[in-house]
Amino acid sequence: MRPDRYSRKWGVVAGIVVAFIGAIGMLDSFNNRMMISPILSLGYIALFLPIAVFGYLAARGEVNILEEPRRNVAEGAAKGGTAGFIAGLVAVAFMVVTNPYNLNEFFPNINSAMYEIMTFALGLGIGSVVLIAALAGVGALGGALYGVGDQMRGGILRAVGWILGMALFELVISDIIDVREIVRLIYARGGGLQVWSALVIGGLAWWLSVRYKGKSAQFSEMAKTSEAGSRLRYSLIGLGILLLVFLPMLVGGIVNELLINVALFILMGLGLNIVVGLAGLLDLGYVAFFAVGAYGMAVLTSPLSPTLAPMLNWWVALPIVMILATIAGILVGTPVIRMRGDYLAIVTLGFGEIVRILLLSDWLTPFFGGAQGITRIPGVVTGPVSISGTSPELFIYMTMIFVAIAAYISYRAQNSRVGRAWAAMREDEDVAEAIGISTVQAKLLAFVLGAVIASFAGALFSAKVGTVFTNSFDVLVSIIILVVVIVGGMGSIRGVAFGALMLIGVLGGPKSQGLLTEFSEFKLLIYGGILVYMMLRRPEGLLPSVRRSRELHAEEAEQDAWLDRTGEFVAEDAEEATT
Amino acid sequence: MSTEVAPEVAKTRRFKFNWVDSFLWFVRVAAIIAITIGVVGSFQNFAAGEGPSAVAWRDLIISSISTGSMYGLIALGYSMVYGVLGFINFAHGEVFMSGTMVGLISATILFRSGFWDSNPFISIFVVLIVAMITSTLVAIVIERVAYRPLRGAPRLIPLITSIGVSFFVQYTFAGLFGVALRNYPPAPPQLAQTISIFGLPISGTRALVIAVAIISMIGLWYFVTKTKTGSAMRAVAEDKEIAGLMGIDVDKTIVTTFAVGGAMAGVAGLMWALLFRGVDFLTGFLPGIKAFTAAVLGGIGNLPGAMLGGVILGLFEGVGPLLVLGGLGIPGVSQLKDAVAFAALVLVLIFRPTGLLGERLGSEDRV
Repeated sequence: MRPDRYSRKWGVVAGIVVAFIGAIGMLDSFNNRMMISPILSLGYIALFLPIAVFGYLAARGEVNILEEPRRNVAEGAAKGGTAGFIAGLVAVAFMVVTNPYNLNEFFPNINSAMYEIMTFALGLGIGSVVLIAALAGVGALGGALYGVGDQMRGGILRAVGWILGMALFELVISDIIDVREIVRLIYARGGGLQVWSALVIGGLAWWLSVRYKGKSAQFSEMAKTSEAGSRLRYSLIGLGILLLVFLPMLVGGIVNELLINVALFILMGLGLNIVVGLAGLLDLGYVAFFAVGAYGMAVLTSPLSPTLAPMLNWWVALPIVMILATIAGILVGTPVIRMRGDYLAIVTLGFGEIVRILLLSDWLTPFFGGAQGITRIPGVVTGPVSISGTSPELFIYMTMIFVAIAAYISYRAQNSRVGRAWAAMREDEDVAEAIGISTVQAKLLAFVLGAVIASFAGALFSAKVGTVFTNSFDVLVSIIILVVVIVGGMGSIRGVAFGALMLIGVLGGPKSQGLLTEFSEFKLLIYGGILVYMMLRRPEGLLPSVRRSRELHAEEAEQDAWLDRTGEFVAEDAEEATT
Repeated sequence: MSTEVAPEVAKTRRFKFNWVDSFLWFVRVAAIIAITIGVVGSFQNFAAGEGPSAVAWRDLIISSISTGSMYGLIALGYSMVYGVLGFINFAHGEVFMSGTMVGLISATILFRSGFWDSNPFISIFVVLIVAMITSTLVAIVIERVAYRPLRGAPRLIPLITSIGVSFFVQYTFAGLFGVALRNYPPAPPQLAQTISIFGLPISGTRALVIAVAIISMIGLWYFVTKTKTGSAMRAVAEDKEIAGLMGIDVDKTIVTTFAVGGAMAGVAGLMWALLFRGVDFLTGFLPGIKAFTAAVLGGIGNLPGAMLGGVILGLFEGVGPLLVLGGLGIPGVSQLKDAVAFAALVLVLIFRPTGLLGERLGSEDRV
């Protein structure tokens, strides 16, 4: 029997993905992290999860919105299993081809550790058979998942999601629980969930999902419409804010450190969101303004600043830094104002690099310390206390205040005259100009607002770390902020916060680690992949702004409208025919 | 009353002061003054017998031209893709990097077997073919996976996608090959020696690099202007829709464009190996951006322009720091090489945004 087209296609893709994950060393480095102790490590999840996903896709086959999907457990399992089997064949072929040569020298990660994981340490012969069987089994599970009913699938996905989430976020959760005995109940000593606690979590999630099916949708509908609902909504928002205020007290230093990083990236994300999301100017050199903030603050406050060392208080220096950022925004903004969108991107990237190179150069070393950077930057001295990185519980509140300011600025700007001017400019610059919008002013304002917000982040950053070096300001930072904005949703404030939490908090920022320290080696690979995936599948982001999403899907909306219209015509024709 | 006011309003509108224009004029004038002072200063230094000697200047120029011709070859890929699809393929630098990285394997194997030293030209040819095939494949895969679904999307969407692709490819190679810098085997003795061309002493490697660039350029020119596929490419660049109506397979032609651009990047990858020897996963990033600068400098979409832009950018960043900044008395000028290249991009876009030889864009990209 010839396998189904989609089973073949997704099977081959899944096999290539497995070989890829192995060859870049992901399996090996993930294998040290236990998820469910002692049976399942993160490495095997990295091996099996894609297979399950591709098995599901194979079972789904062609997506046809006009037909009711056919859901059948046995058929789905067969298709998914075939895909998994083919993936196993590809993976084994990869091992058989690479094994005889000593490729270690060129590809350090195609090594015995990789073969051991992929063959379950059973040797190439038996191991290959086991691998094919395992992948076929996992693929069949994925395919069967497509076949089961909606309620069942929802329950299973919730259960798996909760187990994975609880296992991945072991650090935070045990930090919040903070009682050793309870933590030991859930997590094993060497890390990872206990087998039985995983079962309990999964079962609980499944039961809750089945029990309260549809209730959450009902609930949010109620919150949107009825009066009692709106009161409820406000009290929920209030509760959220309260939680935010008290969270830093509940968690320990490491998590607070992480939260500060996240908050700094939310801050920069909000700034870039004004430039990219609202005004539609793709700025790839945004880190330059961050550098202006950090170096400006360092020079103004540090006693060790090489030439000019006024040793001001942080709060006194802040307005000066803001002015510097404004000037930088105008200096970068003016030359690029007439450029095409894509030239603007590259030129701003160039500006970002020029700033970094100049800061590092011998020429400006007398002012900015060159490679030695500027050290001993005092914290935010407010009255008797000095808030710096050594007291993360306090510093997080500082960053939160500035995030709130930036969010307020973006919110007000978005819904103001200039916000509407940006929206018009984004859609069509010529038309915007023609209806009397000064695009020069609007663009410059976007650049300046973005620059000032980034300089806040820079000023906080230098006070937190106490030292500034040029390597904190390379182009990577700009790109990562861009990914944060895009993943969250261009033009959406809550989207930026969500994006920063997910990416910086979980995967880690350019120089900092996230919750999942295992991912730090691969985070830029993942960032790149996410960026491509988002652009292809969901350019409006995960929590999109309504307006932006409409712009990006304008064509589809037109098509839908056209389809609706033709539908009407068809209906009319049918009516005419009957009468 | 009102009838009297109207002409006065008209009078005051004669001259409108514009901040952006005046700022740009200020930048233009300042740039010219700074460059003039710098160049004059350098000449004075030279006349006073300070600074680099005449021989050093000559060698600097020659090496800049060879580096520049490498940029030119990479720039061809940017230029062609921009001409056809109207977006900056940010990942093109990575296409170039992939060629050098995989070429390294073949070069190392050839070196171990002793073939590299006994038959240097055949070995280099083998490495060239490996690099070209790799880069071509990488370019085609990128086009198929990432760009084809985005036909007709707003201009910035494919650009952002290509940034993502760039990072993905970079860190894929970091994962595959490790992050350490690796070295190509040393140039064979036949190439290491200095030869003389038209009385100019030039190192064999650099001469080879320039020769390869010229040959590739001629080959590409022939391909684009004289072959059927080439005219299809030009037609698609002009107007995709109408080219499609004329019976040209637009998708296939776009793939060809990426493939040819990739092959040129592969050639450039070999040149990088000959010139600098050291490669790692970040090798593609800076040359990529500089090559884009070169493409803009020569006029985007314009193939001879890309090559010329590359050579001129090579001269800018090779000679510029010493000639202009050195003349201004700035210390440590060689560190500022990359900054000069980026500044060149900004200045080109301020002075002449259409590039030296004029840009050639498709009908929908002309503004």
